[in-house]
Amino acid sequence: MFESVFKGINIAEFTIFGLGPVTGKFFSHYGATVVRVESSLRPDPTRMWPPFAKDKPGLNRGTFWAHMNTSKRSVCLNLKHPKSASVTKRLIEWSDIIIENFTPGVAERWGLSYEELKKIKPEIIMIRISNLGHTGPHLTQRGTGSSLQGLAGFTNLTGWSDRDPAFPYGAISDQYPPPLAAASAVAALLYRRRTGEGQYIDLSQLECSIPFLGPHILDYVVNGRISGRMGNRSLCAAPHGAYRCKGDDRWCAIAVFTEEEWGNFCKALGNPPWTMEPRFREFRQRKENEDELDKLVEEWTLQKDAEEVMTQMQAAGVAAGVVENPKDMLSDPQLIHRNHFPKVNHPEIGSYVARNDAFRFSRTQSYIKRAPCLGEDNEIIYKGHLGISEEEYVNLILEGVLE
Amino acid sequence: MLSTYRVLDLSDEKGTVCGQILAQLGADVTKIEPPGGSPERLKGPFVGDINHPERSLFWLAYNRGKKSITLHLESAEGKEIFKRLVLNADIVVESFQPGYLDSIGLGYPALREINPGVVVVSISPFGQTGPYRNFKGPDITIDALSGYMYLCGDTDRAPVRVSYPLAYGYAGAQGAVGSLIALYDREMTGEGQYVDVSAQEGMAEFTLMAPLFWDILGKINTRSGHFRGGTSRKTREIWSCKDGWVTFGIYGGQLGGRVNRELTMWMDSEGLADEFLKSIDWETLDMATVPQEHISKIEEAIGAFFSRHTMAEIYEGALKRGINLCPIWTPRELLSSVQLEARGFWRQVEHTELGMSITYPGNFVRSSAMPPSDMGERAPSIGKHNDEIYRGKLGLSVSEISHLKEKGII
Repeated sequence: MFESVFKGINIAEFTIFGLGPVTGKFFSHYGATVVRVESSLRPDPTRMWPPFAKDKPGLNRGTFWAHMNTSKRSVCLNLKHPKSASVTKRLIEWSDIIIENFTPGVAERWGLSYEELKKIKPEIIMIRISNLGHTGPHLTQRGTGSSLQGLAGFTNLTGWSDRDPAFPYGAISDQYPPPLAAASAVAALLYRRRTGEGQYIDLSQLECSIPFLGPHILDYVVNGRISGRMGNRSLCAAPHGAYRCKGDDRWCAIAVFTEEEWGNFCKALGNPPWTMEPRFREFRQRKENEDELDKLVEEWTLQKDAEEVMTQMQAAGVAAGVVENPKDMLSDPQLIHRNHFPKVNHPEIGSYVARNDAFRFSRTQSYIKRAPCLGEDNEIIYKGHLGISEEEYVNLILEGVLE
Repeated sequence: MLSTYRVLDLSDEKGTVCGQILAQLGADVTKIEPPGGSPERLKGPFVGDINHPERSLFWLAYNRGKKSITLHLESAEGKEIFKRLVLNADIVVESFQPGYLDSIGLGYPALREINPGVVVVSISPFGQTGPYRNFKGPDITIDALSGYMYLCGDTDRAPVRVSYPLAYGYAGAQGAVGSLIALYDREMTGEGQYVDVSAQEGMAEFTLMAPLFWDILGKINTRSGHFRGGTSRKTREIWSCKDGWVTFGIYGGQLGGRVNRELTMWMDSEGLADEFLKSIDWETLDMATVPQEHISKIEEAIGAFFSRHTMAEIYEGALKRGINLCPIWTPRELLSSVQLEARGFWRQVEHTELGMSITYPGNFVRSSAMPPSDMGERAPSIGKHNDEIYRGKLGLSVSEISHLKEKGII
């Protein structure tokens, strides 16, 4: 049975790109009414990001946008229109939480500062996410996670020690703010339930990311050391890497930490004579002779399918995993078991894969529905939820307020 | 915000970030360590490179604001004590092998009988059920099986992982949201529930649109070195400069028009914008259709400009002009960021036993309902709060406590 955790919780999202929308998804998947407030005059650029169904671009055809906005509603509202204020006011009165992630200053221009929101609804919870926070000399720095991950320190840690950094796919620093913002928002709901008070929460992408490199940073603070790119190597395991397997661009990761695991590893290979050589006897020697070790491991993996290497290693008690490409991901038996990529149907896209969260509840089901088309829910939200009369609704349309 | 809630944190390095986040949101979090200390304390780096359980920087980084008690969970008395603690707990976080807590009689069904409102969160490599549930899952295997590793690295070498473990930190963040959603539900229904977090699923989110390209178009995104990945045009993201690198992406149209024009004007002010660059109408440039050789020409000019400047010069100029660009920083530059300093992000914490003061990253959350950037106490020493909790909260007598100590239970 579908039990709706956030039934009756209303959220208005004044959001763009990824950080705000992915935060809202934690609520829309569990029964809150989450409304993306958009404008057909200035649509979210990610609506026009590929991939598109049949490779044909269109505001409602991009699956990435559709992926980040599952189970939500979409309304159009031209916040620059002088008559939009009365609609915005009713939207705020209706909302429990406002999520906002424009460049600092933008929401203020629309009359959406916390001070203004509080006047309309004192117990409102406002979650703001920006690059560098809502105070400080660089607050208005624009940017995307793909470059901010460089500032946070992730890019310098990606790649090979003998080369320039490699670009970490996507944006690592974009990953952290949504779960942290959602956790903060639920904590704020619990606090409001207890005290009746709302609050203002200011999250910076940079500050949300840095703690995830905590020990790396403390190593510099305390020991003056800056550890750098190591390819796939580890300070406490050898072999530790991605080894080429049979086929085109097929790889399997293998990691051997303990002497027991080394014994298991050698056994899985059938104890070939080289594994008995003194240069590989203990961790210290294996680490010293790692280049040769890696070559010998790869000679073995090259004879096998990546899946076979993984299965054989794991059965022997050695950590290993196929380096899955995007195709593999969709047929990964564990991800299928967890229903990580549920299929949903969309009127313009057709069938596409959405994404489940990284957790499953014993009682509560996640509720994953397709993303809305631009402005699809104007009528139900404005008339049904905000109680705008038919006459006013028609006038708002005619005057261009709901564009 | 969460000051009325109690969390018991049984986790090792796989789940510790979950408890840390709950502590930062104000919850009362108690780490339950085995006698002798948590395995997290064996994780380096160490203060002064001296391997000792009270000198682990991993421990110090991820256990701030938590209390510590020691307890031998597998002993009969240990189980009884744990059950008494669960009576008054709201959330239990654990990251043992799937099935371990059940095998010692402390799994969710047993804890639920003691306290029907308790929320139990398990953080594991692949989840509690399914074909990979017993697979070993250090960071590199999660990076591989989540699909993220395949997308990173140079085209002529193996895929690479980030040279710092990311999977379990992110799983911890997911565990924090999951446990709070369950807690909110508990406040509505009176019933707790079990939350099963998979690090593989968490890390799979890092692949963004890559699986969607396969799903909808049958295209495979691959790793692409210094360039932005994907299957369309190749555009550079990482640029050499005098003393390091900056990261900057050329976007066309609405997203990049103004930025590219600003950059061209800046280059022109130093005589480094060629006629080709100046002739581009950035507002209408469509990166999806522009020929690759045009991109190369643009990149050549921009690259020459960056290589004449330092990271700091480029960053300062970019901030002034509203250009979306970042230097590639290490902890050294982060520690001297004027923005983080102005926000009061870094926190100095005294460590008398180590004879030093350590600068820590501050709280991720700034809330009008909480004191600014309060991190709570430093990470505790082993069993620091045994007395406070066993005597103060559970009402054990001094002799009972010393008896338990003798038996190696606490």
